[in-house]
Amino acid sequence: MKRNWLAYPYVIWALIFVLLPLFLVLVYSVIVTTDQGIQFTLNHFKRVFEPLYLTVLWRSIKLAFISTVICLILGYPVAMILANSGLSKRNFLVALFVIPMWMNFLARTYAWMTLLEKNGLINAILEFLNLPAINILYTDKAVVLGMVYNFLPFMVLPIYSVLSKTDKSLIEAAEDLGATPFITFIKVTFPLSLPGVLSGITMVFMPAVTTFVISRLLGGGQFTLIGNLIEKQFLTTGDWGFGSALSMVLMVIILLSMGIMSRYEKENEGGGLW
Amino acid sequence: MKKSLSLGVVLLLVAGILLGGCGSDPKNTITVYNWGDYIDKSILNSFEKEYGIKVIYEEFATNEDMYIKIKAGGSSYDVAIPSDYMIKRMINEDMLHKIDFTNVPNYKYIDERFKNLGFDPNNEYSVPYMWGTVGILYNKTMVDEPVDSWKILWDEKYAGQILMLDSQRDSIGITLKMLGYSLNTKNINELEEAKIKLMEQKPLVLAYVGDEVKDKMIGGEAALAVVWSGDAVFMKRENPDLEYVIPKEGSNIWYDSIVIPKTSKNKEAAEKFINYLCDPEIAYINADYIGYSTPHTEAVKRLPEEITGDKTLYPGPDDLANSEVFEDLADFLPEYARIWTEVLAK
Repeated sequence: MKRNWLAYPYVIWALIFVLLPLFLVLVYSVIVTTDQGIQFTLNHFKRVFEPLYLTVLWRSIKLAFISTVICLILGYPVAMILANSGLSKRNFLVALFVIPMWMNFLARTYAWMTLLEKNGLINAILEFLNLPAINILYTDKAVVLGMVYNFLPFMVLPIYSVLSKTDKSLIEAAEDLGATPFITFIKVTFPLSLPGVLSGITMVFMPAVTTFVISRLLGGGQFTLIGNLIEKQFLTTGDWGFGSALSMVLMVIILLSMGIMSRYEKENEGGGLW
Repeated sequence: MKKSLSLGVVLLLVAGILLGGCGSDPKNTITVYNWGDYIDKSILNSFEKEYGIKVIYEEFATNEDMYIKIKAGGSSYDVAIPSDYMIKRMINEDMLHKIDFTNVPNYKYIDERFKNLGFDPNNEYSVPYMWGTVGILYNKTMVDEPVDSWKILWDEKYAGQILMLDSQRDSIGITLKMLGYSLNTKNINELEEAKIKLMEQKPLVLAYVGDEVKDKMIGGEAALAVVWSGDAVFMKRENPDLEYVIPKEGSNIWYDSIVIPKTSKNKEAAEKFINYLCDPEIAYINADYIGYSTPHTEAVKRLPEEITGDKTLYPGPDDLANSEVFEDLADFLPEYARIWTEVLAK
């Protein structure tokens, strides 16, 4: 009973800063102010499902999906190397991964903007080596690069935490029974690490699908994602109803994908992050 | 039970401190709400000293931010400096006090051509603060033909070297101007035509930018950009290869003017402040610091010839022949928003 008391500040916090705003977003998404006062409407939601905005939604999901796949391909081997290295080395490597995250996310994204410029550092080095210049700033490639760069640690760390807790005797048993390293990986290591992989996918996909800063800075406003669309409704066009409806749809998509993930994790008695 | 009670007391205390913080004497304080980096702050100090009125100074980034904050209430702004179309909107929504011009004698120094403008036809609510235009900034080392038309922004020769503004009124506005229409049009067919033009242009555009345009143009990252005249002066100073033109089809002339929102609790002090800003010496110091075009006749006289002779800042009436001021689109604004969203979403 005594310990419950400690939760009160958080409960109050959540009521004021999480539940109340969510409720307001829901209200704004279904009302419209007319001369006769406030009225119920579903027009905002109808507009969300116009082909134009579905294209934007599709583009956001596509870019987030590509980034998640790249993060997984890059991140899994890194997590394995981390998990299999000696204890002292391991802490050092993990620190290397975490330290860049201490810097502000916005500052790091701005840095990429300068690096990728036509007359930027990367092209200066390429030119010095007599290699052709790359011009990917303000393309979807730069947006994906920004997402992978910013969210890669979120993929590596959960996989690493699961892999490092894996019972080594299971792998030894597989080897004793004559499995090649490849078969051991396919049949033992990878299935055991699935909860970590699922956490990683969730933790990369969600910020990637909702981002508006990366697409704004590295995509040059050419690649409107759902996050940009929502930001614009609130800050420039002042259409809070439509912005709220977009937010609600995005939230439903996220909740659904989280629901699917967590069900799968429970079946596997996961050791992931949620 | 006892513990939750004490928690409640703590919360009440916190709330009390937060609310109590705003309770300084309103008679001797004014709150000024202005764009970021848009005043020489020494003026605030000298005003405080001269009149014994304390100035609380706050900044906003866009007209829309300012409008939403004042509209929401809860804050008591005495002086604000919005742009033309927003002033019109605020007048229409009864958000502004009429200024008592007998308290603002220095108003006489404002150039006659900046009085009685469309957004405040009888000049009852606003005093012009700064003005400027929208035009094309180009890099002379990358563009070797004369630039005099918006059409150059649709020239395939410059694919991937064009920067547009991420601003619906400006970007749609210049396209309408190129097509020979008014940038305040409420004709849906003209708007749709502009939309098709903007979508055609999209593959040529390097990026739709805000403030980054300054770094990019100074660094030679693009050949052509749509910019505001005040920023153009700054960029030309940093990179002499840059030149600014107002295209012959005409453009947007904008005004930022000083107003007194109805939230003001100290209108008389606000008028004193406005009068102070219009004092010849103060207006000169301010215009010199900000670097934008001032509508103040005495300040213009005091500024050096190299500034007032620069057509970027002080274009002649001929250069502005076809240019227009933004009007409040009221109920039609969502159409512009929809078209801009469609262009960017494509």
